[in-house]
Amino acid sequence: MANDPVYVDNNATTRCDPRVVEAMMPYFCEQFGNASSMHAFGSEVGGALATARKQLQELLGAEFDHEIVYTSGGTEADNMAILSALETQKGRDEIITSAVEHPAVLSLVAHLEKTGQAKVHIIPVDAKGRLDMEAYRKALGPRTAIVSIMWANNETGTIFPVAKLAEMAHEAGALFHTDAVQAVGKIPMDLKATEIDMLSLSGHKLHGPKGVGALYVRKGVRLRPLVRGGHQERGRRAGTENAPGIIGLGRAAQLAGEYMAEEQTRVAALRDRLEEWLLGAISHSFATGDVESRLPNTANVAFEYIEGEAILLLMNREGIAASSGSACTSGSLEPSHVLRAMNVPYTAAHGAIRFSFSRENTEADVDRVLEVMPQIIARLREMSPFWREREKEGAFNPTYA
Amino acid sequence: MWEYSEKVKDYFFNPKNSGVLEDADGVGDVGAISCGDALRLMIKVEPVSQVITEAKFQTFGCGSAIASSSALTELIIGKTIEQAMQISNQDIADFLGGLPPEKMHCSVMGYEALQAAVANYRGVEWVDDHEEGALICKCFGVDEGMIERTIRANTLTAVEEITNFTKAGGSCATCVEGIEAVLERVNAQMVEEGILIAHEAFVPGAVPVFAKPKKVVVKPPESTAPLTTLQKIKLIEETIADIRPSLQRDGGDCELIDVEGNRVIVKLTGACVGCHLSGATIEGVQARLVEAVGVPLLVIPAAPVH
Repeated sequence: MANDPVYVDNNATTRCDPRVVEAMMPYFCEQFGNASSMHAFGSEVGGALATARKQLQELLGAEFDHEIVYTSGGTEADNMAILSALETQKGRDEIITSAVEHPAVLSLVAHLEKTGQAKVHIIPVDAKGRLDMEAYRKALGPRTAIVSIMWANNETGTIFPVAKLAEMAHEAGALFHTDAVQAVGKIPMDLKATEIDMLSLSGHKLHGPKGVGALYVRKGVRLRPLVRGGHQERGRRAGTENAPGIIGLGRAAQLAGEYMAEEQTRVAALRDRLEEWLLGAISHSFATGDVESRLPNTANVAFEYIEGEAILLLMNREGIAASSGSACTSGSLEPSHVLRAMNVPYTAAHGAIRFSFSRENTEADVDRVLEVMPQIIARLREMSPFWREREKEGAFNPTYA
Repeated sequence: MWEYSEKVKDYFFNPKNSGVLEDADGVGDVGAISCGDALRLMIKVEPVSQVITEAKFQTFGCGSAIASSSALTELIIGKTIEQAMQISNQDIADFLGGLPPEKMHCSVMGYEALQAAVANYRGVEWVDDHEEGALICKCFGVDEGMIERTIRANTLTAVEEITNFTKAGGSCATCVEGIEAVLERVNAQMVEEGILIAHEAFVPGAVPVFAKPKKVVVKPPESTAPLTTLQKIKLIEETIADIRPSLQRDGGDCELIDVEGNRVIVKLTGACVGCHLSGATIEGVQARLVEAVGVPLLVIPAAPVH
């Protein structure tokens, strides 16, 4: 008997909600006009874009709708925020970020450092993935142009105290940006009540379409465009608006607001039940990250002595989709920089599996995962030399090449 | 998701000879630093004939590491130690119907486990002298370690030289920036060590990179005295024999199957199977054959056997 597939990899991407697709559909063949045009074809699109902007403003708790600049996604928004700050913050050329950021931030700042365009401070995290506040305080200074620290980590779900971090950045005269790609739609936000200057988000992480995202830029914060050209987005991001994408993102934001309470309760309960059972049923396993302060949908469980890709391949055969911090599942063979930054021992980091839920998951999904995981883990451990020799210190000590 | 061959999947899902061999005569414990995988190979050897009668493995690693370990045991059981030592990592990859370039190190780990287990059986210590680094050229599977060694051994100071020596960057060229970074770093170290004159060292951006003009293939003039069929086949055979070493260096191979009129049927094996450049390889073989034989020929790959 074939089981229904189980998708618990919602931090990678989510299914576009059919109601989002429905909202987008008229803007391909019927309302296809360019919002900048003078004729009726364009004006109707302009109205829909304005509504979508309001919907997203509502979800973010932004004070004004013109604080939203649409982009092609989270990565573009991150790049725009950091590069803009280096230009607008005269006399300041230092960037502060954390060791566990997404590559959209870390690769960019590494490039800026390498090419001599900025000095970068990477703030470490502790074993639970929490920011070293003392190191952060020390790194802030008169040359800090911008701080970019994520709202919530994509691998562990650990939430950072961004409101506090933003206040500290302002005391040093620096701008504060947060990559909130994983947080938007999963936890409530009220940006107008914070000092956060800029925030990146992505449509496809909240059941919206791929290829659209936004940068929130608080009113009064100066912004240098990344893409120059036409006057779209008040001249802050040129290029004809991705009307279907923006409208889809608006509807997705509206739905995320409607489901926000459910995300905190039912979805969190699914996650908790899965994690408690797994940790109870499978020995030598533990939850990574800060379980006291994390996204309601994410569990990252390390299964010691086995490797993540092998786990995922066996899960995939059972129709279950999750992801791993293992080296072998990334194109580069690099083990997860997040788990490494947290000093998770490598025989555990390699076997870390991320389960990320959404409002579309059910109790039956959890049952199915719990049904197959113990066998999968046992089977791979049976094959692992580290597992057999785990009681004997140093009994398996291979020559590495 | 990696693209694994059916055989890799089969050997991962249903590994043969996984487990512990009690009273093993030789044990090899090795690991691959690039991804953290590790493997223990255990063998039993018949003392008089030196035949490996049993082999078992335990592996901490990804799907292709487990498949490579299992393939290794299948390959060595029944062989004498001497025969088994002839097995290369490419043989392991071939046995599995090829591995993605990023995963070739899994087969290297298998090869090294065998060396280590045999050394252990013989009572000598096995020292590994092989290093690897991040994969730079995905087309030809060239890693940072190999590029660095080649630069040092041949005092290279230009990207084109590295391409000539290692093939890295010789296909899609998207890794040229990566090669430049290695070259810049290694040359700077060499200057510091006093083995390279400073003004000869590579400076990025010093030489503008232009796309190479497309090669124009000129069809050779019709030969005045047409070859006999036997002569033609002989020429084709000789030409393919000339080409094979360069394919083998990349872990592939090419075998002449048949000649029907102007259709030359060849079989690509090893790393060529499933390689997205196999089309280009076929074209290259065809160009060489046309040049050698002097008549238009069509090279057709035989259907790959998985």
